[in-house]
Amino acid sequence: MTERRSLPVLQDGDPGREPDCEAAATPPPGMSRRTFLRTAAAGAGLAALTACNVEEMLRKHLHQLSPEELQALLRRVERKNSERFGRAVTVSAEGPRPGVEFGYGLDLSRCVGCRRCVYACVKENNQSRRNPQIHWIKVLEMDKAHGVDLVHADAYYEAETVPRPGHFYMPVQCQQCRNPPCVKVCPTKATWKEEDGIVVIDSDWCIGCRCCMSACPYGARHFNWAEPQLPASELNPQTHLLGNRPRPKGVVEKCTFCIQRTRRGLYPACVEACPVGARKFGNLLDPESEIRKVMETKRVFVFKEELATQPHFYYFYAT
Amino acid sequence: MRRAFEFVAGCARLVTRGNRAYFAWLAVLGVAIAIGALGYAHQFRTGLIATNMRDQVSWAFYVGNFTFLVGVAAAAVLLVIPAYVYEWGPIKEVVILGELLAISAITMCLLFILVDMGRPDRFLHVIPLLGTPNWPRSLLTWDALVLNGYLALNLAVVLHILWKAYHGEHYSKRVVVPLVLLSIPAAVSIHTVTAFLYNGMASRPFWNASILAPRFLASAFCSGPAVMLVLFQVLRRYAGFPIKDEAIFKVAELMAYAMFVNLFLLGAELFKEYYSATEHLRYTQYLWSGLGEHRALVKYAWTSLACSVVAFVLFLVPRTRRSFVTLNLGCVLIWVGVYIEKGIGLIIPGMTPDTLGEIYEYTPTFTEWSIAAGIFGVGFLVFTLLVKIAVPILQGSFRARGAPAPDADPRAPLAASAH
Amino acid sequence: MTRLMSPRVLAALLVAIPGVARAATGAPPPAAPGARDELVEAEPPPFSPGIFPCSQCHEGTPNTERRELAFHDEIQARFRHDSEHRWCLDCHDAQNRDQLHLANGSPVKFTESYRLCGQCHGDKYRDWRVGVHGKRIGHWDGKKTYFLCVNCHDPHAPRFAALKPEPRPLRPEEMRR
Repeated sequence: MTERRSLPVLQDGDPGREPDCEAAATPPPGMSRRTFLRTAAAGAGLAALTACNVEEMLRKHLHQLSPEELQALLRRVERKNSERFGRAVTVSAEGPRPGVEFGYGLDLSRCVGCRRCVYACVKENNQSRRNPQIHWIKVLEMDKAHGVDLVHADAYYEAETVPRPGHFYMPVQCQQCRNPPCVKVCPTKATWKEEDGIVVIDSDWCIGCRCCMSACPYGARHFNWAEPQLPASELNPQTHLLGNRPRPKGVVEKCTFCIQRTRRGLYPACVEACPVGARKFGNLLDPESEIRKVMETKRVFVFKEELATQPHFYYFYAT
Repeated sequence: MRRAFEFVAGCARLVTRGNRAYFAWLAVLGVAIAIGALGYAHQFRTGLIATNMRDQVSWAFYVGNFTFLVGVAAAAVLLVIPAYVYEWGPIKEVVILGELLAISAITMCLLFILVDMGRPDRFLHVIPLLGTPNWPRSLLTWDALVLNGYLALNLAVVLHILWKAYHGEHYSKRVVVPLVLLSIPAAVSIHTVTAFLYNGMASRPFWNASILAPRFLASAFCSGPAVMLVLFQVLRRYAGFPIKDEAIFKVAELMAYAMFVNLFLLGAELFKEYYSATEHLRYTQYLWSGLGEHRALVKYAWTSLACSVVAFVLFLVPRTRRSFVTLNLGCVLIWVGVYIEKGIGLIIPGMTPDTLGEIYEYTPTFTEWSIAAGIFGVGFLVFTLLVKIAVPILQGSFRARGAPAPDADPRAPLAASAH
Repeated sequence: MTRLMSPRVLAALLVAIPGVARAATGAPPPAAPGARDELVEAEPPPFSPGIFPCSQCHEGTPNTERRELAFHDEIQARFRHDSEHRWCLDCHDAQNRDQLHLANGSPVKFTESYRLCGQCHGDKYRDWRVGVHGKRIGHWDGKKTYFLCVNCHDPHAPRFAALKPEPRPLRPEEMRR
């Protein structure tokens, strides 16, 4: 099983928040890095062309940051996004709660393929709207005659009304695997599995090599092929550093079980959007949670189980 | 310091002098590089959306070229084995040319990786100490390690031999031979690691086959040296570089055996897919016969096979192998065949249909073609310049001031250490 | 014509509105929640305006014979709930129209209509009590808002109407620069 790392458990409002000016005056760690950058042909040249600042380039991996450095990073990301969108953006780095392991249930006997979940997710998580259009949830229309069969699946169905006779619907999103192939192949440890089960991506560390996208069996990871098109009026300003904070061009993103909501105790946006109650979410370690009741009483299966990814995402039939 | 300046000045003189064909060649490369630079500027500005890669096919032309070129780099070892393991004299003098090819190929590999990255400005993240490489679990970190290691190895051997020759001295066998012998497993490792990169992905059944690593090696050994064979003939004609026919024909013979293995392994793979006929057959079908109206790759697959088979016959039959017309034809054919097989014939079918059964037909955009042309331009330029400098050094016409005069036999610095 | 649910409930279902729900009107929560969970009812049972209390019109001895009624024709027109075997007085109490009744005659308040549904739809009822059937919004680890059967299912025509789906995603070839 993959080793799990987590952020330090920070609650918003923790002491140690530095004002912006102090954070900016902190000297970068180590001169040798700067010297190297100056002489590294590719890196320096490209950096000059982009708008990235030196601070961002000299950043360490998230797990190597001290709490003060993490706070400085959060304030920096807040400031950049607030300037970019002209609205006050908050960036949280809330860590996982002890004794919590998220589980997600999707009732295939209920889903009608209305795609409300897809667009609720887009609004909540600040995806690029066009060029590229990024959806973290893909709803596959399948035939009842063939069952769960990807050869006959269609994500592009259009209909006056759903469900269409003879069809059923299977939404697919990140399965938050316990044995995630994406985490295994990432060359920079930009993606890892947190202790509450969510597989997260640090958008500021990802190099955009897309190994993870090749490795994911569920097509759950998506790439910012261009600068994300997110109108300021549609921004959700309450963000999490590893979740729905606006991503830059050239990095990978995916469903994070609405980490900015679920770590505060709320349901993910897709769970709340579903008009037929096909989505269940909760703490697998809590015997009274809906998801535990699902696991204990329903016929549950795992998508592409033979790949031994052991997802936290379960499909079931309530009836 | 002064000697280094003299050396650099000497090199500059060498590369700026030549016949019309040489400058025409440089001009062609220059144009290709300029086109590539413009293409990359566009891609850097707008993002990788300038390519036709999308979520459904997220690795394509750049990665395909990278895969092919790793094979070319590994193929230099095909010259090394007979030269040093079997102590076959006629090839020893040309080993260094193989290493120069390897250096150029690795340069192109690294450039293809760089242009494929979404955030090339963050390449430091994969370097130890400055970043956090996910070693040993991530195959890409292994690839970075062995590719750069192989580059360093080849650079070390080449620089040592050239440096010694520049000063009229014999190279030290104690330095060169172990490094050269080490380059055999190193060459095998670079392509094996690259194969494992794809092989290890359970999400892509087309790649998730144990046969991938042997296929990679076979196709590398049967195609990479083709460039060398053409180059040897060019050098013989224009630079007076003495290379025996035997050496050329021997390399061609070894390539023929590698071609056989390549075709055999392809056959083995096709049997498994078509006979077992599981849903995994769809990827193979997409490549060889298309799926429904999605047939974009079919003509390339059969072209590749035809080229590889014809090249195999040409190289196998001694009469056609020993005739330079058919030999050179075979070289071109095998390059085309393996370029298609390892490039779009490997990457695209691995991702089509995608993990959720969707078929997105990918073909490269003009931007991708221009960047690829630019990178090949850089690679061939590096190779041309290195050869332009190395050959006079080896022949003895480019020496340091005060170095011993060249012997009557232009192969002196190398022949002395051989046999 | 069947309806899915009232517009107010639809809005509540589609958007997260934690803490906006009103307290249950006299009915206990459907299941014993976990120590941390607090179950809050989203909506009281939906009534057409002015229709309740029923006794303001219904009084005297009722005619319990199954027939076509003069009033409530709008409900009759769309009635599809095992209509071959069931009619109004199988659920509505003939003696006291301000309540419903179970098969054995026991009265059931309108605010507890789920007990009545649960008679025939026992598996759904058991699932609903633990949150597996139906929907909950709010906090997965705390205050949750639950919905009555009748908030989603019109008891006279419970089957959901088909929905118009949201737009399909763009194909990769439709995303060009």
